[in-house]
Amino acid sequence: MFVTAAYAQSTPTEGAESHGAAPAEVHTETGVAHEGGHGSGVFPPFDQSTFASQLLWLAITFGLFYILMSKVVLPRIGSILESRQDTIARDLDDASRAKSEADAAVAAYEQELAAARAKANQIANEAREAAKAKAAAERTAIETELNGKIAAAEARIAEIKSRALADVGAIAEETASAVVEQLIGARVPETEIAAAVKASAN
Amino acid sequence: MVNTIVPIHVGGLDLSFTNASLFMVATLALAVGFLVLTTASRAVVPGRLQSVSELSYEFIASMLREGAGSHGMKFFPMVFSLFMFILTANLLGMVPYFFTVTSQIIVTFALALFVIGTVLVYGFYKHGLHFLNVFVPSGVPGVLLPLVIAIEVISFLSRPISLSVRLFANMLAGHITLKVFAGFVATLSTLGALGIGGAILPLIMTVALTGLEFLVAFLQAYVFAVLTCMYLNDAVHPGGH
Repeated sequence: MFVTAAYAQSTPTEGAESHGAAPAEVHTETGVAHEGGHGSGVFPPFDQSTFASQLLWLAITFGLFYILMSKVVLPRIGSILESRQDTIARDLDDASRAKSEADAAVAAYEQELAAARAKANQIANEAREAAKAKAAAERTAIETELNGKIAAAEARIAEIKSRALADVGAIAEETASAVVEQLIGARVPETEIAAAVKASAN
Repeated sequence: MVNTIVPIHVGGLDLSFTNASLFMVATLALAVGFLVLTTASRAVVPGRLQSVSELSYEFIASMLREGAGSHGMKFFPMVFSLFMFILTANLLGMVPYFFTVTSQIIVTFALALFVIGTVLVYGFYKHGLHFLNVFVPSGVPGVLLPLVIAIEVISFLSRPISLSVRLFANMLAGHITLKVFAGFVATLSTLGALGIGGAILPLIMTVALTGLEFLVAFLQAYVFAVLTCMYLNDAVHPGGH
């Protein structure tokens, strides 16, 4: 209605075109209204004369935009994001593998350390046992030697004692004969004295 | 307003290359140029501009995945194109003397019809008549069903209108408001010293509105994309609400 009213005001301007006269008229009318600068024209966004052109160019530009987006830009950004994802995943994999390798190395080190420690203990124990055995052997050797010496010494003491005891007998006989001679003034045969001493010694 | 640059008339239809067409081409060139050039190096560690492209990609991808599920991802190029095209057109319109493509109702309406058309075509192609379940919410008592179906049909039919008018009206109203306040500044400053002093207030308003308009430019592109995702969800999962 808006358009028809405007159209009615400006009918005389152009009517030459045989087909599609109305759009041509409307176009002329709005052109005049805009130039005139007052409110009789159609509000520009509702100006139907521009619709066909706008639709056509919108279809062309938006269609082209859609094709470029779906064929070029979006696959490209998608591949960038995907490759970044892959890179990050790969780096994380590498990192976790390196970590597990490091862990394995640490475990191996710990194991070797424990083995070395055990071996050291064993060596120390062996050395201690050997030293102990050697000391014991030496001690027994020394003890036997000392025992031998003691035995020899005891033998010698016994010998000396027996010899001394023998001497004691001789001295006793001498003393006894001297005592008897003093007492009785006569010599007693030696065999009798010896017998008497022996009897008293026992 | 639309001015003809290269007149093209085909069978009585005016298909001229206008300033609207010029800025559609500019939008196309700017958005494609940015996205292609910033991702040209395909760096594993992105630069700032490449980050912007990747962020917009992931932004729309997550929006669509949340809105329409993983089955909806086949519409990703469509939603991404709509978002980037509208966003670039809105932002281009913020430059003084530049034409705002999205302040034309026919453009936003065409984009909205494209969305709803896709929903209808895909919905009927994929689900056949089951697509009509979209008008029958589950768990509604039988008595209320005719009423609810009528409401659902009306709401479905009003979608292209609300989708297109929202974007168009936001862009147009913002620009008109800006123009009015900027006009105040120009008019007042011709009235001598007092006028220049009085022009400060509308000038502040103009600056504030410009900031607001940048927000609106992004927000409307976002809203358009979010609603597109929701409508596509109906096409992918009819009766799923």
